[in-house]
Amino acid sequence: MPALETFLQAIVNGLVLGSFYALIALGYTMIFGVIKLLNFAHGDVYMVGAFVGFGALSLVSGVFGAGWTGLFIAILISMVAVGFLGVIIQRVAYQPMLSAPRLSILITALAVSLVLQNGALSLTDGKYTAFRTDLGFGGFEFGRLFISHQAIVLVATAAVLMIALEFFVSRTMYGRAMRAVSIDKDMCRLLGINVNRVVAITFLIGSALAAAAGTMAGAYYGSIWYFMGFLIGLKAFTAAVIGGIGSITGAMLGGLILGMLESFGTQIPWIGSEWKDVFTFAILILVLVFKPTGLLGKSEVERM
Amino acid sequence: MNTSTGRSANFIDRLYAFFDSPRRQTLLLVVIVAVMALAPLVMGRYMTTIMTNALLYVVLALGLNIVVGYAGLLDLGYAAFFAVGAYSIGILTVQFDWNFWLAIPPALVAACLAGVIIGGPTLRLRSDYLAIVTLGFGEIVRFGARNLEITGRATGLSNIPEPNFFGYVISSYVDFYYIFLLLAVAAVIASHRLYHSRLGRAWLYVRHDEDAAEAMGINRVRVKLAAYVTGSVFGAFGGIFFAANLGAISPESFSFEQSVLVLMAVILGGMGKIPGVILGAFIIILGPELLRDLGELRLLLFAVVMLLIMLLRPSGIWPERRH
Repeated sequence: MPALETFLQAIVNGLVLGSFYALIALGYTMIFGVIKLLNFAHGDVYMVGAFVGFGALSLVSGVFGAGWTGLFIAILISMVAVGFLGVIIQRVAYQPMLSAPRLSILITALAVSLVLQNGALSLTDGKYTAFRTDLGFGGFEFGRLFISHQAIVLVATAAVLMIALEFFVSRTMYGRAMRAVSIDKDMCRLLGINVNRVVAITFLIGSALAAAAGTMAGAYYGSIWYFMGFLIGLKAFTAAVIGGIGSITGAMLGGLILGMLESFGTQIPWIGSEWKDVFTFAILILVLVFKPTGLLGKSEVERM
Repeated sequence: MNTSTGRSANFIDRLYAFFDSPRRQTLLLVVIVAVMALAPLVMGRYMTTIMTNALLYVVLALGLNIVVGYAGLLDLGYAAFFAVGAYSIGILTVQFDWNFWLAIPPALVAACLAGVIIGGPTLRLRSDYLAIVTLGFGEIVRFGARNLEITGRATGLSNIPEPNFFGYVISSYVDFYYIFLLLAVAAVIASHRLYHSRLGRAWLYVRHDEDAAEAMGINRVRVKLAAYVTGSVFGAFGGIFFAANLGAISPESFSFEQSVLVLMAVILGGMGKIPGVILGAFIIILGPELLRDLGELRLLLFAVVMLLIMLLRPSGIWPERRH
């Protein structure tokens, strides 16, 4: 039955796309939750993650090969390195701005985004870089339905990372501190919580997740370039908003919903792939107009 | 090091204070406009073209300043208004063979409609959500332009006729320099009048405290919508003459980056402050040009400089003082 296969293929594609969105959306949501900043540079952190992962893979491939082990180690290296990059960005660009007008810190975030993008542009000459792995193009075939190995590992890795994050936030001391800081920063400071460290950890984790997503995207799509973070960053943000920005479960849910919507959106005859992105933003606007706090968000009144 | 930066900030502050008096400002403005009007006589073609672009940005930034600086509504999709103006002119003159000047009123109406469409749903939202909805609208307009037949899809529209002014064909780069200078001066005057108008004060109140403003009898919805519509008219004027100047438009001229650059001009210079915004527009356009010798690194360096400016002067270089 071709219709069923098309349907299942759309679900698979949606899951893969959704995992990317969800991993990046988590960073957006955590950072927004803790310091109320829309970190517009987050999509570019994802891009940097892809390039660091690429570099790490070529470093370790001599020892571990460019197969699963090599890729896994590359992802880990990228997560650590880019995680610390996130902390540096926060310390240098955002920390001094916390008491400045809300718009200024937003512009700073845009400036950081430009720095990362143009830094990558200068280093790579703006060319697409082939991200080669030895994973091949194998996978499972069920009639016309095709699930690549990469897709399976990617979705599984994303799921593991998200479960680990959920555990971290709900069970560990720093996770608890993070939730407390997101509610009332000043009260936390009075109670002796090292707010700066909590914010740094938030950036560390958020950036590391984006780096993981970036490296995996490189392996999945086979090429990376300096501008890859822009649109996916916007979409991940959309995912975070759909789920309710500030909510971690919401970000995961939003990512999956957006991935599915996009995947199915391209199947609708009169929408087609050209209109895919319009579709995303139309959904974003509808969600915001009818349920401004997103699906799982708490209502809060926020001013500029 | 600390003391020296402190002293220089003081010096800058005193400089601003000196130019804060309205009379000195008007005088300065007249001098600047006179210099600008004579400038093409000495500037080469390259420099004149860049200055034309900077003047276009002055118009755009002043328009966005009304939305962001006056009314406090963060708009990340301002390029959409710019696009509506440019595409309206393009479609009417290229696809329907309209006269350029006759096509201006419909283009402005289209921009006002876009303002109402974008403003409508956003009135319910606040701050960050608002930013994201405007961003979404901006992208929808661009993707729409890229996929519709009438907008020429990805290639855009070309052969937009040069405007004919009572027999004089406006075509050379110097002509367009003067057109944009005229537009910029008109934008400054309009901004100034709006700032001191009843509506301008209403924007100020809504920006500071929406609920209190409403309690005082200000129609919050109407006031915000007015900001969007006014901003869109500025943007559309920019777009109309941008299309006429280049003779060709494509969807990529109206990307998110464009919106961001205009917003940066506003915030870098100092939101709500007309001279600040003009300064910001010039920095945004001339900055990368001055760094052109650095080749690929220039945008990187520019971004770093911008970051530094924000870190040292979070409210912009020439911030607003009225509280």
